[in-house]
Amino acid sequence: MSTNDRAWVATRKGLFELRRRGGTWAIEHASFLGEPVSMFLPPSPGDSRMLASLTTGHYGTKLHASEDAGRTWAEVATPTYPTQPAGAEGPEWKLVLVWALERAGDTVWAGTLPGGLFRSADFGRSWQLVESLWNRKERLGWFGGGYPVPGIHSICAHPRRTGELLLGISCGGAWTTRDDGQTWALTASGMRANFMPPEMAGDPNIQDAHRIVRCAAAPDTLWCQHHGGIWRSTDNAASWHEITAAPVSSFGFAVAVHPHNPDVAWFVPAEADQRRVPVGAAMIVNRTRDGGATLETLREGLPQRHAYDLVYRHGLAVADDGEGLLMTSTSGGLWASTDAGDRWQTVSLNLPPAAAVRFG
Amino acid sequence: MALISFTPQLQRFTSTPEVQCAAATLREALEAAFGVNPRLRGYVLDDQGHLRANVVCFIDGRRCTERIALADPVRPDSRIYVLQALSGG
Repeated sequence: MSTNDRAWVATRKGLFELRRRGGTWAIEHASFLGEPVSMFLPPSPGDSRMLASLTTGHYGTKLHASEDAGRTWAEVATPTYPTQPAGAEGPEWKLVLVWALERAGDTVWAGTLPGGLFRSADFGRSWQLVESLWNRKERLGWFGGGYPVPGIHSICAHPRRTGELLLGISCGGAWTTRDDGQTWALTASGMRANFMPPEMAGDPNIQDAHRIVRCAAAPDTLWCQHHGGIWRSTDNAASWHEITAAPVSSFGFAVAVHPHNPDVAWFVPAEADQRRVPVGAAMIVNRTRDGGATLETLREGLPQRHAYDLVYRHGLAVADDGEGLLMTSTSGGLWASTDAGDRWQTVSLNLPPAAAVRFG
Repeated sequence: MALISFTPQLQRFTSTPEVQCAAATLREALEAAFGVNPRLRGYVLDDQGHLRANVVCFIDGRRCTERIALADPVRPDSRIYVLQALSGG
């Protein structure tokens, strides 16, 4: 099984497995039909295990694990916050949502609302809150972005250095550990939040980094789709620099970076934060191939009339070959490209509202 | 003995035993049920042990409005229902 030919889409009413056969993507299997799936962890090469996070309307978040690439599932432990001390400031210590799931070696990391990072050494059978981050005083300066409470949506493991992670937080900037979660540093210098009072706009701790991705082959390069535009770092988040060349719009949520070429990245713009629909009701993807010096707008095969789809943070994915792309929207659209976004094919326009798409 | 039972909607996730218990409060009755199926706890209570926002309990036809201590009194012959508040779309 090539990781370029299989993928999953997490939606408000189930987790859908996709296969590409004969060059065409199709929905092949549904898990948890009717249940909201907020995030999942796809299989990795040589390992068929998966995790899926259900956000049930009545009974809270529940995690399920699969040993057979999503054919059968069994409930495992839910990340659970410890007892909240009396008088503790900040949001309630209650799990709202699992927003990110990533594996790094034998560790699985879960980013959550209201801002806690959890780790599991036994693939979800038990979870531990990373208290070194949760107890940082700066956490009380974070606030919600898209939800009433802050959340960790991006977990970028360093592919070569065990124990190094970068987190993206809405709204809490970007944080890095280089000692497996023992200590943390705020690494969002250079980002700017124009929605804040002027004297706070450059505060790294309140940046709304909508999504951060790391280039697997050049891990010092990170791309960020920020609430206020596009930022890039080429020094492993020591500094961030705004990319101002995006045509049409630089507002959006999703970003994907080519796994082998750090200069190639894709974005899915919406009009603006106060009107979160495609500009002119026409779906587009912006792509740079030169590190952000220029971006081009790709439209072929995407709906260009009366399209009101929003692609959320995890709604854009790139395959290992750097050519395959999948994109899914909160209106239930799903599009695929096999040529790095030059042309797109519609896979479905009738999915439930989609939260995430991933190859695996 | 009081009798506590759960919405059948929960059965798609976990077993919902009907439990007879000598409980003096709602929390004691819930704990008796969690003793039979520990996984049930996380479906009914949140991280802090409070009743989940979209779960509702009735004791002898009266809706319990206190959701933190869960100290509503239970009589020896009480009938307790743990149900879901309707929501969704």
